Amino acid sequence: MKRIHIGNITEINEKRARVVNIGSLEIAIFKLTGGALKAIENRCPHKAGKLSEGIVCDHHVFCPLHDWKIDLEDGLVQAPDDGCVTTFQTEVDEASGEVWLHIEEERILAS
Amino acid sequence: MKKKLVLIGNGMAGVNCIEQLLKLAPSRYDITIFGSEPHPNYNRILLSSVLAGDADMKDIVINDWSWYEENHITLHTGQTVNAIDTQRKLVSTDGGISVPYDELIIATGSLPFMLPLPGADKEGVIAFRDIKDCETMIETAKKYKKAIVIGGGLLGLEAARGLLNLNMEVSVVHINPYLMERQLDQTAAIMLQRELEQQGMKFLLAKNTEQILGKKRVTGVRFTDGHEEQADLVVMAVGIRPNIALAKSSGVEINRGIVVNDFMETNIPNVYSVGECAEHRGIAYGLVAPLYEQGAVIAKRLAAVETEGYHGSVVSTKLKVSGVDVFSAGDFTDSTDTRSIRLQDDLAGLYKKIVLRNGKVVGAVLFGDISDGSRLFKMIRAGEDVTGKEQETLLGAAVGGSAKSGADMVASMSDDEIVCGCNGVSKGAIVSAINDKGCASVNDIKACTKASGSCGGCKPLVADVLTYVLGADGVKTVKEGICGCTTLGRDEVVEAIRSMELTTSKEVMNVLEWSNPEGCSKCRPALNYYLGMVWPEEHEEERESRFVNERNHANIQKDGTYSVVPRMYGGVTTPEDLQRIATVAVKYNVPLVKLTGGQRIDLLGVKKEDLPKMWSDLDMPSGYAYGKALRTVKTCVGSSFCRFGTQDSIGMGIELEKRFERLNTPAKVKMAVSGCPRNCAESTIKDFGVVAIDGGWELHVGGNGGTKLRATDLLCKVKTEEEVLEWSGAYLQHYRETGKYGERTSEWIERVGLDTVKAALDKKEDRDALNDRIDKTLSLMQDPWKEIIEEQELNATFVPIVSETTESVLK
Repeated sequence: MKRIHIGNITEINEKRARVVNIGSLEIAIFKLTGGALKAIENRCPHKAGKLSEGIVCDHHVFCPLHDWKIDLEDGLVQAPDDGCVTTFQTEVDEASGEVWLHIEEERILAS
Repeated sequence: MKKKLVLIGNGMAGVNCIEQLLKLAPSRYDITIFGSEPHPNYNRILLSSVLAGDADMKDIVINDWSWYEENHITLHTGQTVNAIDTQRKLVSTDGGISVPYDELIIATGSLPFMLPLPGADKEGVIAFRDIKDCETMIETAKKYKKAIVIGGGLLGLEAARGLLNLNMEVSVVHINPYLMERQLDQTAAIMLQRELEQQGMKFLLAKNTEQILGKKRVTGVRFTDGHEEQADLVVMAVGIRPNIALAKSSGVEINRGIVVNDFMETNIPNVYSVGECAEHRGIAYGLVAPLYEQGAVIAKRLAAVETEGYHGSVVSTKLKVSGVDVFSAGDFTDSTDTRSIRLQDDLAGLYKKIVLRNGKVVGAVLFGDISDGSRLFKMIRAGEDVTGKEQETLLGAAVGGSAKSGADMVASMSDDEIVCGCNGVSKGAIVSAINDKGCASVNDIKACTKASGSCGGCKPLVADVLTYVLGADGVKTVKEGICGCTTLGRDEVVEAIRSMELTTSKEVMNVLEWSNPEGCSKCRPALNYYLGMVWPEEHEEERESRFVNERNHANIQKDGTYSVVPRMYGGVTTPEDLQRIATVAVKYNVPLVKLTGGQRIDLLGVKKEDLPKMWSDLDMPSGYAYGKALRTVKTCVGSSFCRFGTQDSIGMGIELEKRFERLNTPAKVKMAVSGCPRNCAESTIKDFGVVAIDGGWELHVGGNGGTKLRATDLLCKVKTEEEVLEWSGAYLQHYRETGKYGERTSEWIERVGLDTVKAALDKKEDRDALNDRIDKTLSLMQDPWKEIIEEQELNATFVPIVSETTESVLK
């Protein structure tokens, strides 16, 4: 498991996302209302839409291409569509606000 | 030195007042808030959801700790203010804190009324008012079995429902022979009781509690008729009374509540009161909407904004009691001078009643289906005379007769025939969703199959399939709101935004009880538009609610790249501009350059991170080819070069485009100006088309060359260029104010009718007023490209937060 520093929590606005590129792996880091961070692969399982550009409602994001609704907690696509997006673990230092991302090495290599 | 504002009471009314003040005058006061409870501001109305297990404590917080911090508000929780020195202008608390004030708001709310019964102080006897009571009930349910709720009003029934969910046996004791007598008539109350009994509630009606039994802890209650009932927990929910002790001991004038005038001022200078503790013209309100209206008045006063003051509210009750919808408004009890019409269906659990006096609707009760509530409430408030159409008033518009033929048509369709073209859903798929998955409404089918979920054009056909399978009686008619988060329609939402002066989406969702806490991708952009339209100055643009195109000011393409379209007024450019566009296109490796349907240059295939740099290199205004806004004004050459041209269509087009540039509208707006009736600019399929004729201009409206082809209607003919501008501004603003979000003018004009639009624009003074409002909005708009280029923080969001190669990560 790799622990990668990706910046500070203040660099992401609430209900918005920023993109992190690790090799060819593209990850979207969302900040929910209240400050919690969620990291998922920036790729809708439908037509590869950039989820980072979607509208965020509570812990869901709506894909900007065709409005698929995805749960940011577990990456599950909501009915009537189905599918799943890979999620990643984030770690935030409460005092400094620095953020790290945990990614399995195989994922980085495989992507 | 800022003035000091102190708020006593950290509840919904007081804090909402502060929120409204912050919007009007963000930094005028040093604000201190005192709250007795140890929590930040929460939505007390939703306590019953917490008890029912539908929400967590954290879900009902309206403003969390960070909100106080961000707004530099000093919050003292767990502190009860016990003295106000109105001479020295000082408040002090039981915890020993003293704070001086220049302005003071008392918002101490109300206290649950505890019946002064012998034994009422025993362990296990509580009220249902705050988070602590909720916690006590949850804890009690783990150890004990039997609960009694005293009070058969809304609060008591909500408490009882929550206790049922906690697996307790619950009996509700009520002094009246029927439930909720303040909100319901006897018929509706009996229907409600029947429903609740089915859910497992027991009722002891027309009972007067005499004594609470037990030694240290409650074991039961005894009634005046000698009957005794066992209980491990007694919840008193018999009512509330204004919490006035503090005000009273401080010399503030008291009646039942704290007496305030139309400006919510008490008899002491600089001391205001708002909320359930305040009494205005003899009334202490217990509903949210009036309290927010009161708060708005104080906020305006404190911000030195002119206000007419508060004149009281006509209230209606719209409630969900244990999953049953009830509504009542006005004077709904029968008397000798009233007549009523009722509709009762015990089997379906439906009841409707309207009460008429002198031909006017004065009251209404609805049970089971409350979709007519707001319509009836409007009639009651307006005092509308309904003589001759009383039945219609109760039953609503007559049910359409076309359903039968629609169902017949569906019968002749084969199973694999496509009903929804956008999502490829066949008749067979819909039929099986109805039969196998139990879908009974268009919404169900949308959620289950996506049919009618995109453009919505097939909605009537989907409804026909429903009727065909289930029969007219089997179809659930669900009132459809602006999205799945609410049952309220566009007009109701906009009306609430206006009347309650709501200025953020969060407020709208909170006050109008959205079912999803942060809405969805349909309502969020819509609310953002409506708020900006109603309050162009006060509403703060909510970027996070914008669809990607409008947030990034470029059209997203299917591969995640974007297109850049510079503004080109009237379709006219110069060799220098063309050169610049070409240079930029080469510099950023733009893979495709083409002309758009609206005569502009489109640079396609641009990476998101390149957008701000490209805009900066272009140094041209944004072409808005991505927005629900004025796109382009297409023109022909007109009299400048054309041998047939009668007027300067290019000049007119440029003028229109400059005037309405950046205007937000319910949906995209396209315009065109043709220099002669040959109409080379295709003005008669535009949202607003201008056709030059000899000696004047024809103005055409409501056209569309898109999915639903529609030719324009002629609005009028005018003589001068000034008149073209005057009519176009008035027309656009009227559309902005009455259109549904996402509704093109072509759909809008068919919905509201050409004659209505003509009537609204008929008088010069009405057109002037509309133009004043559109000018106000236009004066506040900025070029988004420029804004992003100039603001570092916005600019930064366009680039990835971090980019690392695989090698450097794995090292």
